[in-house]
Amino acid sequence: MTEVNPQQVSTPKADETGKAKAHAAVATPPGGGPRFSLGAIGDIPHIGLVLALVILAAVGLVTVPDSFGTASNMVSILALAATIGVITVGATFVIIGGGIDLSVGAVMALASVWATTLATQEYGPWVMMICAILVGTGAGLLNGFLISYGRMVPFIATLAMLVAARGLAQRMSNRKTQLVGPDNQLIVDLSTTRVLGLPLLVYIFAVVVIIGWLILNRTTFGRRTYAVGGNPEAARLAGINVRRHTMMLYALSGFCCGIAAILIMARTTTGSSTHGDLYELDAIAAVIIGGTLLTGGRGTIVGAILGLLIFTVITNLFILNGLNTSDQLIAKGLIIVAAVLLQRRSLNAST
Amino acid sequence: MEDISREQSETPPLLAMRDIVKQFPGVRALDGVDLDVRAGEVHCLLGQNGAGKSTLIKVLAGAHQPDSGEVLMNGEPVKLTTPTAAMKLGVATIYQELDLVDGLSVAENVFLGHEHATMGFTRRGTTNAATRKILERLGHGEIRPTTEVGRLSPAGKQVVSMARALSHDARIIVMDEPSAALAHDEVSNLFRIIREVTAQGVAVIYISHRLEEIREIGDRVTVLKDGRTVAVGLPAKDTPTNKVVSLMTGRNVEYVFPPRPDGGFGDELLTIQNCSVAGMVRDVSFSVRAGEIVGLAGLVGSGRSEIIEAVYGARKFSGKITINGEVVKPGNTTRSVGLGMGLAPEERKAQGLLLGQTVARNITLASMERYSTLGWINRKKEAEEAAHLVKALDIRPPDPNRVIKTLSGGNQQKAVIGRWLVGEGRKLLLLDEPTRGVDVGARAEIYALVRKLADEGVGVLLVSSEVPEVLGLADRVLVIREGRIVREAGAGELDEHTVLDLVMDAHPVTSAPSHD
Ligand SMILES: Nc1ncnc2c1ncn2[C@@H]1O[C@H](COP(=O)(O)OP(=O)(O)OP(=O)(O)O)[C@@H](O)[C@H]1O
Ligand SMILES: [Mg+2]
Repeated sequence: MTEVNPQQVSTPKADETGKAKAHAAVATPPGGGPRFSLGAIGDIPHIGLVLALVILAAVGLVTVPDSFGTASNMVSILALAATIGVITVGATFVIIGGGIDLSVGAVMALASVWATTLATQEYGPWVMMICAILVGTGAGLLNGFLISYGRMVPFIATLAMLVAARGLAQRMSNRKTQLVGPDNQLIVDLSTTRVLGLPLLVYIFAVVVIIGWLILNRTTFGRRTYAVGGNPEAARLAGINVRRHTMMLYALSGFCCGIAAILIMARTTTGSSTHGDLYELDAIAAVIIGGTLLTGGRGTIVGAILGLLIFTVITNLFILNGLNTSDQLIAKGLIIVAAVLLQRRSLNAST
Repeated sequence: MEDISREQSETPPLLAMRDIVKQFPGVRALDGVDLDVRAGEVHCLLGQNGAGKSTLIKVLAGAHQPDSGEVLMNGEPVKLTTPTAAMKLGVATIYQELDLVDGLSVAENVFLGHEHATMGFTRRGTTNAATRKILERLGHGEIRPTTEVGRLSPAGKQVVSMARALSHDARIIVMDEPSAALAHDEVSNLFRIIREVTAQGVAVIYISHRLEEIREIGDRVTVLKDGRTVAVGLPAKDTPTNKVVSLMTGRNVEYVFPPRPDGGFGDELLTIQNCSVAGMVRDVSFSVRAGEIVGLAGLVGSGRSEIIEAVYGARKFSGKITINGEVVKPGNTTRSVGLGMGLAPEERKAQGLLLGQTVARNITLASMERYSTLGWINRKKEAEEAAHLVKALDIRPPDPNRVIKTLSGGNQQKAVIGRWLVGEGRKLLLLDEPTRGVDVGARAEIYALVRKLADEGVGVLLVSSEVPEVLGLADRVLVIREGRIVREAGAGELDEHTVLDLVMDAHPVTSAPSHD
């Protein structure tokens, strides 16, 4: 992260005071040598994550040289990552804000089912998309309302939503898979139309990540998210409306689920109550591998997305190598543990 | 004491720290510090914010490893590699920021880490009985061992920390600014306990920014400056204050208050009518005019902080509070900030700081709107503003991008106050113990700053446990006792004794009032 460093503005002045007051001698190392800040360790896990990705890619190139490095495989990795990726962006906000959202996969399924009912499909693809987003955001708002105004523990409120949303999705669809109708191929086009070799849904994913990054790092909303997660009481006393903000975080997560529902409809051409099973765990794992603290107040979107890509590449490698999915799950579990241990080490080293 | 110390100077001191060096990234916190402590003495450690006092005692407590230097106990070199190792050697520490677990009971906190247990099952009966004994020895038999610590007042928590130190048969008890959270009568109680333990041969290392306490309780003084020892073993009672202060800072007076303005004040800014807070404040009415500093004097638990929090809308209250004619709504701090109020809360760690974030972000937390358009932050402006305040408040090290957790306590406090000094337009500042943990030099700067703001028309409501501070800085003083205003007068009409008598009256409040 090469951020403009306000320190540069203040350093010459610091030198003046250094002469006037002897104590500044302690503050400024001789020759103003390199200063370390805790911010820098935010970068170390990223380097670690990038390295991990590189190693995985190397493994792929060695073990399955014919299939891994191909353009079509890269595209399928990205297309696979796109759906959970969008959800991960929302989950990052919620977790930095000190919460947790277990309902993401179920809410996405519900949104996909609602958008593909015959009644909705009649209105055409745009209404279907808006419907998915509204259903997602609505469920998120309800989560947020229960948590911030109903004072429910996030884990419980979103667990209830997980169960209920899946149930509702099953009811609406009669447990049947609903096809996206021929009139609404616009949605499917999102995965079939390619620009510069990449399907449109990958671009949607990229746009969501960029906007998410900007909101988190460049806006008051993002700053407040860190404050609310880091120390809610201090945030409240600084005049931040903690409850409303918390509610917005869950609404944002739901909104992302709505977008993810569009992407999954595009990729599978269906809406189904079975979509997104266990997505919540993948999303949370990605966020944590990316260096976000489950206790809130700290984390990055870039890390979460890298974490997700690592997961997706692993899945891809296992499939290409013809290994079974149980081993894949074991590998993922080990990766989560390793990532968290490594992060803790870099934290300790710097304090 | 005199005799003991002469005798002991022949034998090696109980504790000797030699040439301790501790380097943090970018800061040399300790640069060759020496400390000699004898059995049975109260050894005071003095120094400005960031001088290295807390770091030194963390080395002693095994919480930090020094880069070089050695520690001797009774002349024998010892290794303080972990907090447990230090405890085994008889060092018990009460940290500057209390480190109790709110969700556990008093007894569980006291014996945390060395529980009475059989095969992993804690023996609650034994633990509670042992705790009760220690609490009684501390003169606080009324605190029940089974009470949850989170429900105690700051003074009550202090007692629990003290009990925890005593629960390890300590030879050295270290107290980092123990009095900062205590009211006047609590401090005398603390001193009684200190005298008791030192009489039994335990050494106490005492850190405080209040020099009158050092004179009262201390035997010898070591002064730190910029991570070096500048004076060793000064007699605490006889060394003139101005000498101590000038060793620390180069100034030579303890309290420097800015002059009060000659002219009158502006219009009525804050009006409080018949305000009550359940169980804490009863039917309080007063007002603050623009440019006026009103001080609330009272004991911890008298309701002073509750009044301030009610004014800020951070607490439920009945009655009517208006600022510039606009009504304050309980529970809506966002509105209060919008109306031009700012609160520097009492407990900076729990209520004020985002510990993991930079100084700059802590300073700009409440005023992001000032340099953002539609939620988009102008980061250049923000950085300039933060750098400006770091300089204006002389926050050390002067680096806005340092994580605030790594600053010394006093410097963190400056950032909490600085939060409300960003830009113009603040109308009313609510300062709850604004100089807690702040050194004498920086105090004078904070006083000057508060007065300057008042001169510019800002109203100030000030709470402080230090009576000289209230009397010296405020224009008008309200004395609070048990949730009521018992006296209102111009600061010039009162003196320290009168105020102390008023706050305590016939009710010797012996402990935390809120632990039931
Ligand atoms: N964990 C840390 N990482 C980096 N720097 C630190 C850390 N802890 C302390 N420092 C720095 O070391 C110096 C000494 O700090 P210390 O807390 O010992 O001061 P102090 O004398 O106790 O001050 P105060 O009176 O304000 O409590 C300060 O400049 C502080 O910023
Ligand atoms: Mg300190």
